[in-house]
Amino acid sequence: MSKTRQFFPRQVVEAGGNRWDWALLPLVLALLVLLAYGAEQMARPFQLGETLPISLDPINLPYYLLRTTMRMFIALGASLLFSCVFAALAVKYRTAEKILVPLLDILQSIPILGFLSITVTGFIALFPGNLFGVELAAIFAIFTSQAWNMAFSAYQGFRTVPAELTEAARVFQLSGWQRFWRLELPFAMPGLVWNMMMSMSGGWFFVVASEAISVSNQNIKLPGIGSYIAMAIEARDLQAIGWAIGAMLIGIALYDQLFFRPLIAWADKFRFEESGSETAPGSWLLAWLHRTERTQDIARIFVRLLERSLAVFRLSYDGTSIRARPDQKSAAPQRFWDAIIAAAVFYAVWTLVHFVHTEVGWTEVGRVFVLGLYTMSRVVVLIFIAALIWIPIGIWIGMNPRLAERVQAVAQFLAAFPANLMFPVAVVVIVRYGLNPDIWLSPLMILGTQWYILFNVIAGASTVPTELRYAARNFGLTGWLKWRRYLLPAIFPSFVTGAITASGGSWNASIVAEYVTWGNTTLKAHGLGSYIAEMTSIGDFPRIALGIGVMCVFVMGFNHFVWRRLYRMAENRLHF
Amino acid sequence: MSTPIIEIKSVNKSFRSADGSARTVLEGVDFTLFEGEIVALLGQSGSGKSTLLRIMAGLIGADSGQVAYRGLPLYGPARGISMVFQSFALFPWLTVQKNVELGLEAQGMAPEERARRAEAAIELIGLSGFEGALPRELSGGMRQRVGIARALVLEPEVLLMDEAFSALDVLTGERLRDDILELWETRQMPTKAILVVSHNIEDAVMMADRVLVFGSDPGRVREELPIRLSRPREVESQEVRSLIDTVYGLMTTGAGRVGRTPGKETRLQLGDRLPIADIARIEGILELLADEPFRGRADLPKLAEETELTDHELLDVSAALALLGFANLAQGDIVITPLGERYARAGNQERKAIFGAQVLEHVPLVAYIRHGLAQDPSGDLHEDLFLKLLNFTLDEAEAERVLSVAIEWGRYGDVFEYNFNTGVIQLPEDE
Repeated sequence: MSKTRQFFPRQVVEAGGNRWDWALLPLVLALLVLLAYGAEQMARPFQLGETLPISLDPINLPYYLLRTTMRMFIALGASLLFSCVFAALAVKYRTAEKILVPLLDILQSIPILGFLSITVTGFIALFPGNLFGVELAAIFAIFTSQAWNMAFSAYQGFRTVPAELTEAARVFQLSGWQRFWRLELPFAMPGLVWNMMMSMSGGWFFVVASEAISVSNQNIKLPGIGSYIAMAIEARDLQAIGWAIGAMLIGIALYDQLFFRPLIAWADKFRFEESGSETAPGSWLLAWLHRTERTQDIARIFVRLLERSLAVFRLSYDGTSIRARPDQKSAAPQRFWDAIIAAAVFYAVWTLVHFVHTEVGWTEVGRVFVLGLYTMSRVVVLIFIAALIWIPIGIWIGMNPRLAERVQAVAQFLAAFPANLMFPVAVVVIVRYGLNPDIWLSPLMILGTQWYILFNVIAGASTVPTELRYAARNFGLTGWLKWRRYLLPAIFPSFVTGAITASGGSWNASIVAEYVTWGNTTLKAHGLGSYIAEMTSIGDFPRIALGIGVMCVFVMGFNHFVWRRLYRMAENRLHF
Repeated sequence: MSTPIIEIKSVNKSFRSADGSARTVLEGVDFTLFEGEIVALLGQSGSGKSTLLRIMAGLIGADSGQVAYRGLPLYGPARGISMVFQSFALFPWLTVQKNVELGLEAQGMAPEERARRAEAAIELIGLSGFEGALPRELSGGMRQRVGIARALVLEPEVLLMDEAFSALDVLTGERLRDDILELWETRQMPTKAILVVSHNIEDAVMMADRVLVFGSDPGRVREELPIRLSRPREVESQEVRSLIDTVYGLMTTGAGRVGRTPGKETRLQLGDRLPIADIARIEGILELLADEPFRGRADLPKLAEETELTDHELLDVSAALALLGFANLAQGDIVITPLGERYARAGNQERKAIFGAQVLEHVPLVAYIRHGLAQDPSGDLHEDLFLKLLNFTLDEAEAERVLSVAIEWGRYGDVFEYNFNTGVIQLPEDE
């Protein structure tokens, strides 16, 4: 009941907004000015071959940060739109679902460099003589690193709307448009917001690749943090890397506080569990916004517009109308579609076989599979090591509620931090001590994704029922028995959830982590990731395609045979 | 009184189970809902009463037969028919006010008008002051009030109630039921007919002008009982008590194959539904029955009160007792058999032996599993085999429940063993 009640006409009490409005004003104005400036710079004239000056002077970093963040948010907006359209289509049309969902599964496992190399020339040609084309290419690259998991989460959300709510929506005559806004989108919202955060971290991870475009014989560095880092790597300037890390930390903290915290606090009301929650996430900015009047008015305008659209797009007939009569279901069109899909799949398989046969040869395929096995063993070993380290720590933290709250925030922050910024440091160390890159490059793969294990274990440990804790203490469980019978089973489901995310992320990261450059030193580990990265840098399309294809097979196989089973086991047996 | 609103003629409905075989849920169902009446549908779970309700709501289509609302064929949800859901089905992100306005908003009504009507409905159902609350802030009873206000605000001709009180505790459910009856009797709601689907026999008898008892396999209206008592009815009155008794009788004695005294002519078939009752509950009821004050004979409504089980649970337990030969059911009474008495006094080992023998004799599914195990050279079989078999006659969730009952009974009677992790059923090791 947070609704504010007004006992007097507003004009009498306060004419122009309240003090919260006035305090917010500078913030809003500053944001608008920055956005306008950034947008102007994005669309300035540009000729192909022109070099955009990137300076390593840290004074430029705020500006670069602005440009990079703007790209990311544009891409995030596009991803959000894409996710909603995708989910709505896939849920509504069965034929679309049959094509779209597997397609997304494949797109998801295609590394972002693959997209960039194919699309960059097209985007540049779209806006000749303007930087905007290149910007679009970079934004598209970021989009490809953000959109898929969001689209999946939206689809999952739309699919799992409880049957009774769907029935209620139908009984109360909601049209498709109304159902989307009133039921489906709100229901999918918490998952979507969570995935937006993950996507944002994912975007940072590829910030260098997307801004310093060096594929398909292009060499363009867009102003931004990514290009700054690329320059620093070329110039072997460790200090500049340090500056970039600092700028990024500030950037992440800023958008965390100004965007994601308020968003999470706001999205909390879409939680489906109907019982009251333990602690609702809070945000100072959201609380502030709630107290303002003018900004609230602006928000209300949008709500009113939406509601008006709900009134316009309503059902014009009910179940007694002839229009509600279901089409006489004939199997023919459905069969027809199935046949077309099947034919397309056959054709694709045939082309693939033909392509492999003529372009790369089967020995190459075998070699790539072996490389895939290398990368897989890295992923498995790393997840295992990360589990050994983080499970005990996570349990210890999770059992101390006061500590857990604070550490949870830090862990989420660390997950958002792009681990590849640490890569140059690793290269310097490996080169100095002459270490074996096959082994010592591996930890980089899990650097960024291990946090998912940590904060899932923390979350799992903090939800162990108190009775169970007392019982364990009462029975005097100690030592290995305590771990085997009580602690490990208790956190297993959440560990699996975390490990799935971590493993998926590690596969993707292998492309960056197994092939690292520092100035003109290039370190590479044998593996599928380095194969793809290497082929991308020479622009060998058939082999890029082969590498990507094999990685898809590995990732999907791994998900299917390992994680899904573990997940089902966790669901069946080990929950409270 | 005699103007029909919803007419259902020889409706059939079957669902496809996972393996593609069709399972008939409704067969040749005829039913007419008239103006001015409240009708209650009773029946075991899986008997198709919820399916029938959803067909009337236009949520699912019948395979064949006619469904008409006011003489018009019904192809989807109609504006004049509204529904209250078992799990409330409120939109948790909308306030009480917005939830109630939902159907009006869908019609495109102007905000001021719909706010006015919603407030009136909220007032009517006794929720004033909670307009701005989110559903999660409310108790179950309050939530269902929101669900009812949401349905009533549309001024529906027909109100369908799908187990509307079964997610609430008894006291809350009764209060809500009485409030609705008051609105109905005082004509404060424009609704012309109410259809109630329920597990609760008392609810049905207290509310309805007609009680329909559904039989399963396949679902059809088996009995119809008109109730001519005037409302408000008194729960403790002699008439109501005896009506409740009668309905219990209807539901136990004629309950098809399940629940009848195990006699030669009505043996349970292999693919039939088993009463969903666990061992602890079976033994608990049997001990209670053998003891003071019942001394071997109990009136089912009394037993329900004593045990605080729902009607549905109690009927399942009594059916299980009858099936296993521990008790007989007659006219709403349950009477212990000599075997049942011996069982109630026996120690653990003897109990298991009796139970095993009875299960093997009277539960074909358990006997069949045992037979399969004995024939199989390895002595173990996967549960999925039996699940597939049950899927021919029962829906998926029901098949799983029935198999788990059979497995629990079989395990308890030392007929076979079962490994939860692998899903394998095997012969006991000491044999």
